[in-house]
Amino acid sequence: MPRKLPPKDVVIIGLGWTGSILGYELAKAGLDVVAIERGPWRDTATDFPPGYSQDELRYAVRLDLFLRPDQETLTFRNNMNQTALPIRNFVSFLPGNGVGGAGVHWNGQTWRFLPTDFRLRTHLEQRYGKDALPADMTIQDWPLSYDEIEPFYDRFEKLCGTSGKAGNIKGVKQSGGNPFEGWRSSEYPTPPLKQGLGATLFAEAARKTGHTPFPQPASNMSEAYTNPLGMKLGQCTYCGFCERFGCGNYSKASPQTCVLPALLRFPNFTAQTESEVTRINLDSTGKRATGVTYVDTSGEEWEQPANIVLVCAYALFNVRLMLLSGIGKPYDAQTGQGVVGRNYAYQTTSSVAVILKDKILNPFIATGAHGMIVDDYNGDNFDHAGLGFVGGGYMGMGQTNGRPISTRPVPSGTPKWGARWKKATSETYNRAMSLSTHASSYSYKDCYLDLDPSYRDRLGRPLMRMTFDFHENELKMSAFLTERLAEIAKALDPVELTKNPRKGPYTLNAYQTTHNTGGTVMGGDPANSVLNRYCQSWDVHNVFIPGGASVFPQNHGYNPTDTVGALAYWTADAIKDRYLRNPGPLM
Amino acid sequence: MYRSLATATLLVATCNVTFAQDTQSFDRIERGRYLSVLGDCAACHTAPGGQPFAGGLALQTPFGKLVAPNITPDRETGIGNMTDQEFIAALHEGRGMNGKRLYPAMPYPAYTKMSEEDVLALRAYFATVLPVSNRVIANQLPFPFNIRQAMMFWNTVNFTPGRYRPDPQKSAEWNRGAYIVEGAAHCGTCHTPKTILGGDKNDEALAGAALQGWFAPNITTDSHRGIGAWSKDDLIEYLKTGTNNWTLASGPMAEAVTHSTSRMTDEDISAIATYLKDSGERDSTRKPDPVVAEDNVMRAGAAIYKDSCAACHTDSGTGEVHLFPRLAGSPLVQSGDPTTLVRMVLLGGRAGSTASMPTAPAMPAFDWRLNNAQIAAVLTYVRNSWGNAASAVSSVAVANQRDTGTRR
Repeated sequence: MPRKLPPKDVVIIGLGWTGSILGYELAKAGLDVVAIERGPWRDTATDFPPGYSQDELRYAVRLDLFLRPDQETLTFRNNMNQTALPIRNFVSFLPGNGVGGAGVHWNGQTWRFLPTDFRLRTHLEQRYGKDALPADMTIQDWPLSYDEIEPFYDRFEKLCGTSGKAGNIKGVKQSGGNPFEGWRSSEYPTPPLKQGLGATLFAEAARKTGHTPFPQPASNMSEAYTNPLGMKLGQCTYCGFCERFGCGNYSKASPQTCVLPALLRFPNFTAQTESEVTRINLDSTGKRATGVTYVDTSGEEWEQPANIVLVCAYALFNVRLMLLSGIGKPYDAQTGQGVVGRNYAYQTTSSVAVILKDKILNPFIATGAHGMIVDDYNGDNFDHAGLGFVGGGYMGMGQTNGRPISTRPVPSGTPKWGARWKKATSETYNRAMSLSTHASSYSYKDCYLDLDPSYRDRLGRPLMRMTFDFHENELKMSAFLTERLAEIAKALDPVELTKNPRKGPYTLNAYQTTHNTGGTVMGGDPANSVLNRYCQSWDVHNVFIPGGASVFPQNHGYNPTDTVGALAYWTADAIKDRYLRNPGPLM
Repeated sequence: MYRSLATATLLVATCNVTFAQDTQSFDRIERGRYLSVLGDCAACHTAPGGQPFAGGLALQTPFGKLVAPNITPDRETGIGNMTDQEFIAALHEGRGMNGKRLYPAMPYPAYTKMSEEDVLALRAYFATVLPVSNRVIANQLPFPFNIRQAMMFWNTVNFTPGRYRPDPQKSAEWNRGAYIVEGAAHCGTCHTPKTILGGDKNDEALAGAALQGWFAPNITTDSHRGIGAWSKDDLIEYLKTGTNNWTLASGPMAEAVTHSTSRMTDEDISAIATYLKDSGERDSTRKPDPVVAEDNVMRAGAAIYKDSCAACHTDSGTGEVHLFPRLAGSPLVQSGDPTTLVRMVLLGGRAGSTASMPTAPAMPAFDWRLNNAQIAAVLTYVRNSWGNAASAVSSVAVANQRDTGTRR
């Protein structure tokens, strides 16, 4: 029997971006809040001080900050005819571990979705007709509009001190920014980062080919910044150790640099680390959660009663916890019935590698969300008529790093090892650029998450099973985007150009992105969503999933974090302004 | 708290008899609570993680270990049986219950300046805190220092009892500041250099002193080693938030800011700043000539600085306001005693967190990465670059601190 703890107003499962934001907002509102986090406490100066945080072998190769499969993994298969097997090494995507979650190891790309993304199905059917979408594509409109979420994007970007150049302020186009973006209520909190030579050359080539390049929105500080919580961030040093690393210089927005020290000042907030929530407990009616049960590192079980349960783990593990707790009807891909696990989606990425003639690009001068981008081929920014696909993505030159172990570009035909390989890497390192596309991944009837029938974790609970493959729509889109990117790249007059469009089947053995979305989708109809428009469970009204990417109905052509953070604030306001006044279903 | 400067002066200078007699008055207890903040009583009398004022924090003095006693109103183990007269005698004369001599780790040489009604207000407040049964063996000094009677001799040499006497030439605000600095807040307990007996060197008041592995910096108006270059607003911001354009509080001062100065009224912080900015010009220390940049140690230090320090403190030593302390022009960096500097590089340190400046950024430890000669070189470089000038740091000094340094 678990030992029962004194009740709290709110229990938060997972202390990453959404857990930190909800913790802050609700503790500030006077509620008694506890956050339970599976991994360890992580603090900038103690856990990734600049004296050793830039250790590529430890962090980028050996993945020190990430979840280990022996803690939790999932099984995988490409389609329903296969038998799924457990993932024994995370490679394609890398879930985080510990306080800060993915907010510690992200690059800092801070993108908003397009206004049309929020009414995707309606928009596409209106423009291209109902027959334009594949029959098994299960995309749907979001239950809120861009106009409604805009103030919350603004709040999250101000929390992060995001650097960039607006392209549209209150409907007025701004030169130098993204001409396709939705309106912004204000300019970015900090000016754009300085660009390296590679991104500058790409921007010239993009302009020459009729595109509109702009600096990538980045939560890496272009200058020192103090956020509305009083948290102070320092100027980025362009060291190029962002993704897979914690920032030792207080320069990358993270729960550590933006929220946690301010949150810890509240005496009514507690963090319980190295403790894994195993289930959300329900009362006898099944309509109300009574709290959670968690297990600590000694194996002892504890029950934490609470009036509100906030599911703030990584997207995939939000889905699993809902399945294990029996909240919402599990999705059945055969019948299309049920909702939990439905509409799992990912991201469709591709690249074009170029080697230039005489340039010295100094690629080690880099930061996570560095780069110049064109957005002409994202979402529905271009006419898809006759192209045979919907969706799109951004493309550009983003120099996230030039780290010595993994940055080893060589001309084609170079041996994979030995003296000639070494000579080629040293001759090529400063002349090579990898341009990339980052595109949507729409949802399909046969791409989903459910509990595996065979494999169990160390606590005896079923692992979650992922069934996913790229569909023809996404592969055609990737081929199209890669061709457009190659056209720009040709204007750089490279000595070598290699196109790498995304090809099927989806495999786990090459890193793509850690943008796993869907499974606990928010929507306007309980028949096709787990959560209502306030990220509240349709079935158990005191359970919320406040904005983790598991709530996305499909994935769009941008990185998810800005939308995750915006939805966290959106849900926090709904809880404070609506739910606390009258606890019950908000819809 | 204090509605106006006039009221503040009144409270300092006069004795309100009717007020003093009502020990249950809310105003008086609240005033006592506030005085306990001014005096930062909890810093010594509350053990880390312990019950408020139940004692138990061990103070490492140069003479041995003293443990702060339980000052909750528990009758057995606290001060529940203490009379008001005994309480006054403790603060004003350094005599505890039954006339027992106190050690000056209890800063009665400063508290003696507090008015009697303030002491009684403090007494009234302590009578209201939760009584906690916690027996503390206060005197853990070795022989011969454990003989309390020795304090009679110490007091004749080092202790001048007597209340604060306002200076009529100065403003009410200045006098309020002096009353707090010299009395309740007992700033000199850390910041004033000590004689061999541990008494204050009164002619060097607030000129900086080493204690417990730190150097409490010079806070006189000395423009080179003190805070002469700080504006009054700089001082106010520092005491209020723990940081200003020049530096961030860390170590014991971070605790003092967190628990005491940041909780003071704006009027009192302003009064302290007024007093510190106007307590006598003291450019007694001549600015030394800097170690020249061509010196081999300086060149080695420059290279180490570039590798290990410049990312945060910047190439020009300017740091970042409220985040990374400024090294160029910093009095602490150029202080005669580099104890704090060596400690910071060896062990690192963390700034305090306050309501308006919650970040509490930290300096990482470099003891595992830099050897004694390297630390000496980089500190010599920092102390003699960007207009700074101070004596070179020796690797022997670093070695000594590495061996004896207390862990965070």
